[in-house]
Amino acid sequence: MTGLLLVEQALNGAQFGLMLFLLAAGLTIVFGVMDMINLAHGSLYMVGAFLAAWITAQTGSFWVGLAGSVVLTAAIGMLIEATLLRTLYARDHLSQVLATFALILILNDGIKMLFGTDLPLSAPAALEGPVDLPGGLRYPLWRLLIIGVGLAVAVGLYLLVQKTRVGALVRAGAANREMSMAMGVNVARLFTLVFGLGAALCAVAGAMLGPLLAVQVGMGENILILAFVVIVIGGIGSIRGALIGSLLVGAVDTLGRTLLQSALREALPPQWASAAGPALASVAVYVLMAAVLVWRPQGLFPVRGA
Amino acid sequence: MNPGRIVLLAVAALAVALPWLLQALGADFYLSMASRIVVYGIAATALNLLLGYGGMVSLGQAAYFGLGAYVSGVLLTEGVQGALPHLAATVLICGLVALAIGAISLRTRGVYFIMITLAFAQMLFYLANSIKGYGGDEGLTVRSRVLLPFGLDLRDAETFYWVALAVLALVLWALARFSASRLGQAVQALRDDEVRAEALGLPTFRVRLLVFVVAGVVGGVAGALNVNLQGYVSPASLHWTQSGTLLVMVILGGAGSLWGGVLGAAALLLLQEGLLAYTEHGEFWTGWVLLAVVLFARQGLAGIAPALKRRLARGGTAP
Repeated sequence: MTGLLLVEQALNGAQFGLMLFLLAAGLTIVFGVMDMINLAHGSLYMVGAFLAAWITAQTGSFWVGLAGSVVLTAAIGMLIEATLLRTLYARDHLSQVLATFALILILNDGIKMLFGTDLPLSAPAALEGPVDLPGGLRYPLWRLLIIGVGLAVAVGLYLLVQKTRVGALVRAGAANREMSMAMGVNVARLFTLVFGLGAALCAVAGAMLGPLLAVQVGMGENILILAFVVIVIGGIGSIRGALIGSLLVGAVDTLGRTLLQSALREALPPQWASAAGPALASVAVYVLMAAVLVWRPQGLFPVRGA
Repeated sequence: MNPGRIVLLAVAALAVALPWLLQALGADFYLSMASRIVVYGIAATALNLLLGYGGMVSLGQAAYFGLGAYVSGVLLTEGVQGALPHLAATVLICGLVALAIGAISLRTRGVYFIMITLAFAQMLFYLANSIKGYGGDEGLTVRSRVLLPFGLDLRDAETFYWVALAVLALVLWALARFSASRLGQAVQALRDDEVRAEALGLPTFRVRLLVFVVAGVVGGVAGALNVNLQGYVSPASLHWTQSGTLLVMVILGGAGSLWGGVLGAAALLLLQEGLLAYTEHGEFWTGWVLLAVVLFARQGLAGIAPALKRRLARGGTAP
């Protein structure tokens, strides 16, 4: 029984971690290549989720909603990059934090004006039930699908970054931006493209997680910070680091929740344990990050200056 | 008397007389707004010390604001109302927590410093969420307030305002003295050029840590005042968006200038309040104003007056 529970929690951890990876991948490239802190990355995730929910409600098809949301969110991302963020690359981190914080306020309230504070979104009916896995575990099909999508995106990104010309340019930019510009790379155009891709991944994560979590204003804020934790753990600019970091954070968060809760149940009255368990698991994620930073200040897979 | 001193005295007199003025105008309602500006002015000035003077970009200042509020809130819940225990506990606890967080965070630089201060604040945020005995995620409501000597009760709106104003004045006076002192000069030298300061033999780590702890303590005192003003504290006061709001205030007002924190707190709170009168989507327009400040007024509000003065001196021809 406990073995099955552990497997289930490990799957949940992988599922959460892989969705986190979709956000962290875009964030780490933006951070690594342009040295830009983009707090509004979580808002693109929220925009993606709302667009998916709205289009799904209009057309009746989740998949049309997902596709439409990916395209629109990528377009919005590229628009924001080309108009605003581009002017901030040369500025200090403080200006970037402030400007993208302002962007959060604008996008949060803008979404509220257009769609209200929340929208319903559910997975396609055929995919909602549980399936039997070998070993007698019944696991929700939708969560399995999320794991599949996350793995597919991870492989796709790996191929893109490691095997294509665009990927080589991105890697060169992350390792040394000035040098790659001196070698004739059009970093500005490359970057608008990369930002669009990052926004598209946000939309995928928002649409896929929408049925599990709630599609509501402010959903981007907490997951954004987790995505930052991931890329700091993994090493800023490293896709591989983002993947490992995401899986670590997903595992610590999900397993910590269950394990801590059952451990606390031994020690505390049940109503205390049920509240303290999830909170302490969230703390564990940050303890992990602080420990990694003390141990390896550049993260697990440093890119810059290596 | 030079003009700067006259303006300062006029502002101070206006600030002290504000409760009577509001009463005369029949606008008592705005006194709590003024108190909020003063409290956030203290919190933002603490961050200004860290950020504007010390050059340390922390995205975790809400940790101390929230912690101070919880310390005072928990003491009130337990029936402790004396000013001294509240002050001592706030200073001690916030100071020790800032010492621990600073000792670890200050080993990192740049982006990593931003992220690790954020991480520690988020830890406190989740801890506050988990403490069911003191409200958990619903927050803690307190019915009583701190009692000061001479029978002063912080429940009284005017008393609270004057007490908070006195604290703010003290903090600003200390910051002005500090910035002119040898230590203050050392801190600012460190901000401008670390390698050079180190070469001059400054104990950089200890100087930074000291500033970090003082900023934490002052932030905590602001938080303790805030719970006495609002009668309520929730984990939201520890959330990273609260840290972001404090950062916004400092930048808006002008990082590294004495009045930056107060100006920024007043500007942001008044802007939000003013927008509420016209639209329920105040955040939307606040965001645009902030963007404009980042893009076009890089020195913040405190930089506007000197810039105007320079322009006038040049004969009013704007570049």
